[in-house]
Amino acid sequence: MELLTVLLQAAGEASGSGLAGIGAGIAAIGAGLGIGKIGTSALESIARQPESTGDIRANMIVAAALVEGVALFAVIVCLLMVL
Amino acid sequence: MYYLCSRFFKALKTVGNMLKTSRFKSRASLKSILRVLPLLLFFFSFSGTWAIAQDSTAVSEIAVNETQAEEESLDASKMILHHIADAHEIHLFDDVAIYLPVILITDDGLKVFSSSHFYHNPITEYHGEEKLEYYAYGDFILYHEKVYLASAEGGLTLDPVTGEIANEAALDFSITKSVVGVILTLLILVLIFGSVARGYKKREGRAPKGLQSFMEPLILFVRDEVAVPSIGKEKADRFMPFLLSMFFFIWAANLLGLIPFIGGFNVTGTISVTLVLAALVFITITINGNKHYWTHILAPSGVPLPVKFILVPIEFLSIFIKPVVLMVRLTANITAGHIIILAFVSLVLIFGEVSAATGYGVGVGSVLFLIFMYFIKLLVVFLQAYVFTLLAAIYLGEATQEAHH
Repeated sequence: MELLTVLLQAAGEASGSGLAGIGAGIAAIGAGLGIGKIGTSALESIARQPESTGDIRANMIVAAALVEGVALFAVIVCLLMVL
Repeated sequence: MYYLCSRFFKALKTVGNMLKTSRFKSRASLKSILRVLPLLLFFFSFSGTWAIAQDSTAVSEIAVNETQAEEESLDASKMILHHIADAHEIHLFDDVAIYLPVILITDDGLKVFSSSHFYHNPITEYHGEEKLEYYAYGDFILYHEKVYLASAEGGLTLDPVTGEIANEAALDFSITKSVVGVILTLLILVLIFGSVARGYKKREGRAPKGLQSFMEPLILFVRDEVAVPSIGKEKADRFMPFLLSMFFFIWAANLLGLIPFIGGFNVTGTISVTLVLAALVFITITINGNKHYWTHILAPSGVPLPVKFILVPIEFLSIFIKPVVLMVRLTANITAGHIIILAFVSLVLIFGEVSAATGYGVGVGSVLFLIFMYFIKLLVVFLQAYVFTLLAAIYLGEATQEAHH
């Protein structure tokens, strides 16, 4: 309970830029996890069926672009917070 | 301008027709000309300039607070934000710049003058402890690339409560750097596609040669990998001009931003340009949506009534959210790439402030990483254009598919 009140107080005083930095960091974690999963499944599928490497690579890149779009969405929101 | 645009579209259509007759057995549809009208709206989108002028201020205001802590000689964040935002001049180096015309609509009518009047007249004011730097000319003030009307005393007034600018903003229709970027991209595309279309006409039935043979795989790629899988073979040709224009414009505009030393264009990183692109996608989808599409959104079948209350608002909102996401994805990716490059450059400059030796040392590693990031950006630039076009094609496919339950 003590810890919670201290944290909430700190969060209330915290400047916009500090929290925005944390938000951008969490967005980066999300992007890393998402693209990591995509890469994992792509590599496993290539290992199972090497002749479809081209198709898998193209789809992997498209999915990575979409995931990265979402992460950059969050980065933009954090940037707007600071302004 | 109109002549160039109409030639551009004729060129695209000729290319499309040539490909169709030589390789494809479907018949050309004249209605596709109507589909192309939204693109005319796009190329006349100088109204985007107004939004540009409104928007660029938001990006640069952060620097006002941070200048206090940073040294006077180099403020890295301010420099970075200044370089990715829009500007009323094309700043080449040191004192050399191309000053673009400022076009304002005021109560006294239309005012047009060169922005050199602004940039040659900097003023520094102190309001309490805060330092305000802006440019003034006549009745107008340029503060962080946004034009304001000067107050009665002549100058900026700050709102006493919030500390924000209390001057009225002028209606700004200037030719800014991003507008020049759009025009440049347009010219490049007209040149390339004009020559490709002429080549197809001259060499009817023969193998392609020169620039044609470079463009043809790309155009066929957009048709066979993007349009046909998403929209279906019969209807894909209707939307080919639209999708081709989107793809090549975004790719060319992104590439323009990558070229160093010409003033740093950030065309697709300006949210108003991508807003227009997304708006065109939205308009095209709405115009071409068939009955099946609208019933699917507003009156979905096979769904119990309580779920309908949740589903219909969500579906209705998604009509607007999908183009907005397209817009933000493109802007964010391109701007992020620019920020990374600028951050590494300013890293060298920051270390250079300390001493020349550290500057050189950091410079070597930084430049190598910069070159690596440039290669990544080349890939990202193509990828973002492809993803934009692919998603536009998928949305169009959803809008025009027949019921097949």
